Amino acid sequence: MRNVTVKLTLLLLVLLSFAAAGCSKKSKDNTQNNKSITIKGSDTMVHLMSTLAEAFMKKSPDIKVSVTGGGSGTGIAALINGTTDICSSSRDMQQKEIDEAKGKNVNPTEKTIAYDGIAIVINPDNPVKEVTLEQLKKIYTGAYTNWKELGGPDQPITALSRESNSGTYVFFQEHVLNKENYAPTVKLMPASSSIVQSVTSDKWSIGYVGLGYTKDAKVKVVPVKKDAAGSPVMPSHETVLNKTYPIARALYLYFNGEPADNNKAFLEYALSPEGQKIVEDTGYITLK
Amino acid sequence: MNKQKLKAKIIKYFLQSCGSLSIIIVLLIFLFLFKEAIPFIGNPGIGELFHSVWNPVSFQKEEFGIYPLITGSVLVTLLATIIAIPFGIIGAVYISEIAAPKERELLKPFIEILAGIPSVVLGFFGLIVVAPFIKDLFGLNTGLTALTGAVLLAFMAIPTIMSISEDAIKSVPSAYKEASLALGASRLETIWKVVVPAALSGIVASVMLGMGRVVGETMAVMMVTGNSPVIGFNPFTSVRTMTATIAAEMGEVTIGSAHYSALFWVGIILMLMTFGLNLISYRVLKKYGISEKQ
Repeated sequence: MRNVTVKLTLLLLVLLSFAAAGCSKKSKDNTQNNKSITIKGSDTMVHLMSTLAEAFMKKSPDIKVSVTGGGSGTGIAALINGTTDICSSSRDMQQKEIDEAKGKNVNPTEKTIAYDGIAIVINPDNPVKEVTLEQLKKIYTGAYTNWKELGGPDQPITALSRESNSGTYVFFQEHVLNKENYAPTVKLMPASSSIVQSVTSDKWSIGYVGLGYTKDAKVKVVPVKKDAAGSPVMPSHETVLNKTYPIARALYLYFNGEPADNNKAFLEYALSPEGQKIVEDTGYITLK
Repeated sequence: MNKQKLKAKIIKYFLQSCGSLSIIIVLLIFLFLFKEAIPFIGNPGIGELFHSVWNPVSFQKEEFGIYPLITGSVLVTLLATIIAIPFGIIGAVYISEIAAPKERELLKPFIEILAGIPSVVLGFFGLIVVAPFIKDLFGLNTGLTALTGAVLLAFMAIPTIMSISEDAIKSVPSAYKEASLALGASRLETIWKVVVPAALSGIVASVMLGMGRVVGETMAVMMVTGNSPVIGFNPFTSVRTMTATIAAEMGEVTIGSAHYSALFWVGIILMLMTFGLNLISYRVLKKYGISEKQ
């Protein structure tokens, strides 16, 4: 019996040392090697980034670019933890995150590569014609629970949001909810496409998605008014660029320090006329 | 002679370490969970876990109350079990006692296919087919409810319950059946009053294992339950389960933050829950298991 205990302890020690070795190795592996770039972050941007990456790899075949999504928060956490070269984000980094990054010797540098409007979508059968920012805020903080309060029929509102790891979630919270909390009854969907899917099938639901997702979807995009006196604005290239559409945002790439070498080449490609053409083709809004 | 003894010893130790590997892995996982969860006790304090608001991303105050997550998981699991039990057990009885051999050969592979469907695929099916169906059936506003998740999870639990119950029913000695029939009981009476009670331990174990699968399931649930962290036991409202919370939020957190350790606490509680389930099934097996174990 004693022998068994000795053996067990030995095995445990061996396993623990493996685990320890694994941990220490991970932190060293992140230094950028010559031939590859990893991009991680915004789900809103993942289609844009992978199209950009493909075109970029065609031009510079010796550099490999791998793109993953997961949400802007995921990308920023990865940049802070040193597991990605470039972070794509659909929101600004928060001060808290910048401090955390500095604490880990990461110096986040922000570059804007495109713009995006957040479209408010409802079911095509819903007669509501426009919403104000104030109304949106009341829907998502739980003050409004019935379409009646927006001049619609007497039907309860099903409010759909993205999960909290989404940049759209935080952007919407900051700019529409004025940093107030979402009501706990708001349904959190794992992807923008699930929001579009649910709005298509649930007659009295409302959701928000990046403009790119509304292109071929069977949902109704509602024009948004800045305040009760303003005029309703549909999200489009013009209204986002001239800032008349109230829920628009910049799409960023974050780097650790000023981009150099491969990272710089990729950034320059994204900002080139060719890269900006891809931005337009994938449903986002170019810088000019 | 000595050499052979040594060889035998080495083999014995090798087998022993293989056997104890799972214990070690469980211990290491627990160790790891606690290691990552412990910082939460100092800041913001363990009491922060025990209230009713889960709101980890906020511009005001981040809140880590896990009650809504626990009630969400419990509600979905119980509903799924209630739906799965009749289908699973009656199906098992049919396959092992009533079905013709040819039918059995057809049914069994299909049950195994059902068990093998990836949960993401099931979730997608749930979002597009089951959710609108439930919405129309009950006249609801949205199909993203605890019940929708429970139906999908029942699909996953049924194969587990069915195949293990079937084994249990099959292993009931045929002398029991023969005695019952000889005493003049009908076939149905024999099945429900003799065979099923004799196989009860196996059936209970199968239900517990099915529940274990359901509690830990993530993807399908995340796609159809709406994920609102609200406390309530109404099957027609949206719930947020513990697994969905971990899966949705783990990618986003900065390693070492309060949110990060809070998610590890959720993981610990989830693990304790499955531990509890296993313990109960073990107890039940011990209580009723005498007849089956020779």
